[in-house]
Amino acid sequence: MTPGFESTRSKVAFYLLMGLFIFLTLFPLLWVLKLSLISQGELQASPPTILPHSFSLGSYQRVFANSAFVKGIVNSFVIAGFTTAFCLTIGSFAAYALARLNFAIAKGVGSLILAMAFFPAVAIIAPLFLQFTKLGLVNTYWAMILPDTLLSLPLTVYLLVAYFRELPRSIEQAAMVDGATTLQTFFRITLPLSIPGVVTTGLLTFIFAWNEYLFANTFAFDPTTQPATVAIPNFASQFTVDYGAQAAASIVVTLPLVVLVFLFQRRIVSGLTAGATTG
Amino acid sequence: MANVTVERIEAASAPQHRGGLLRRVTNEFAHPDRRLAYLMVTPAIIVILAIAVYPLLYAFVLSFQFVTPNRPSHWVGIDNYINMFGDPDFRTALINTIVFTVIAVSLELVLGMAIAVALNRRFFGRGFARATAIAPWAFPTSVSAVMWALMFQDQVGIMWYLAEKLHIYTGNILGSTGPLMGAAIVVDVWKTTPFMALLLLAGLQVIPQDIYRAAIVDGAGPWQRFWRITLPMVRPALLVALLFRTLDSWRIYDLFWVLGQRNLSSLSTYVYEGVRISQLDFSLGDAAAIFVFVSSMAIAFFFMRVLGTRPTE
Repeated sequence: MTPGFESTRSKVAFYLLMGLFIFLTLFPLLWVLKLSLISQGELQASPPTILPHSFSLGSYQRVFANSAFVKGIVNSFVIAGFTTAFCLTIGSFAAYALARLNFAIAKGVGSLILAMAFFPAVAIIAPLFLQFTKLGLVNTYWAMILPDTLLSLPLTVYLLVAYFRELPRSIEQAAMVDGATTLQTFFRITLPLSIPGVVTTGLLTFIFAWNEYLFANTFAFDPTTQPATVAIPNFASQFTVDYGAQAAASIVVTLPLVVLVFLFQRRIVSGLTAGATTG
Repeated sequence: MANVTVERIEAASAPQHRGGLLRRVTNEFAHPDRRLAYLMVTPAIIVILAIAVYPLLYAFVLSFQFVTPNRPSHWVGIDNYINMFGDPDFRTALINTIVFTVIAVSLELVLGMAIAVALNRRFFGRGFARATAIAPWAFPTSVSAVMWALMFQDQVGIMWYLAEKLHIYTGNILGSTGPLMGAAIVVDVWKTTPFMALLLLAGLQVIPQDIYRAAIVDGAGPWQRFWRITLPMVRPALLVALLFRTLDSWRIYDLFWVLGQRNLSSLSTYVYEGVRISQLDFSLGDAAAIFVFVSSMAIAFFFMRVLGTRPTE
């Protein structure tokens, strides 16, 4: 850690710049929050008012009265929830094998899974569209859950590998000495001891799947299965001048994420940046 | 009992690679832990084969056919690729993608590095600053595009107002391609610079502080320390971050589609238009999809082989 500051002046300059960084990063959220809470009249003011002059919850009422938006949030929970469950199940098995079991093609399997992080999703929308149409999956949750699982899997596996490797090997070896099989060791020792890591991984996988847009916009063209990431832009292009409702819809979807991020800040940062340092 | 277990652990951690192929395969599967390992990675492999590898091969085959959904297809050789490269819309999409990737990623790298260096010290509010940095990453891109579209809105948006007051641009920003590209770059820099900074910060934190102390004793100034120590030492982490960001921008879709409302095209929006919107161009879109895949692989190959980037093993 670089110790201290060289002078009071550099300290002041540092805090000013850091304050500017924090302000600019949070500015869109604050501004849109303001837009969601002011009256229709003030929203149309040109030039825009900097500080709010009015207060109204009308925008939130209009947004929650829109059934496509409400259904979109429910759909997002279903899609991201199932994707996370699948990724954690498939991913924890694969991660344990990669982290602890020595097999000939471990490196190859690891690279294949990592390659999926580089995989451009757009490359497979044409064949998937044809196949999903043939299988009758278009406009169903599966058309999003299946490809989302593929895209989220590298994140899940790499975080879990990092968390499993953090555990001291001696604990697992002690269990084996006591006669536990490898699979028992995984279920009774490794997995329970990694719960904090598994929870962080689940949270990040959920956010990742929650934010997916391309597959959803390709395979779901009906509000009954469209997630919020599709419903909100559609809402915005439908009610082009209802800025307040657009702002309120955006806030409803992003504010919970921001709260989660602040609550789990330390774990998320160390999890997400683990990959860059262990290379 | 204990001896058997120790043997088991040792056998699992030291596979032997002697003898012929058959012998090696039998040997590999002789140990229960290694058999278990193959069983445990099978579901992940199946997902990748079924949802990535097979569709990708299918996409490749389709790119040599004329296809419209719900109608029989026929072979056309490389016509789709010829038509694609001859399509002015494709060339615009390609140029837009290159311009966007080069400018956005460069800005993110320089700003991200500056922020990472600043964050790499103890100060009051460091945790808050780091949490702030992660917040834009957690936003869905399509929703942040809606939020920024509100801010860039003609006459009533704060960004429109600032652009006019600072004499940067006075027209409708979201109405034409040039200003739209500028707006898209601003949004992308806002969304990904903080994350880039966190990745670089992780790289900075593994540099031993003794090196800096030694350099100070030898009389090296702050700039010298940055160029001679920080940059070379952070290079591996920097290249990994750069590789991920470049590939991300290369396939940009959400931001252009939502912010641009079809007035700003990228390679991915070109694919989407063909596959999902104008069904007669389905094959053209699919050929462009293969182009995105091949060019992404080329970028990854360049980073790994030429620059020696090593993503996590």
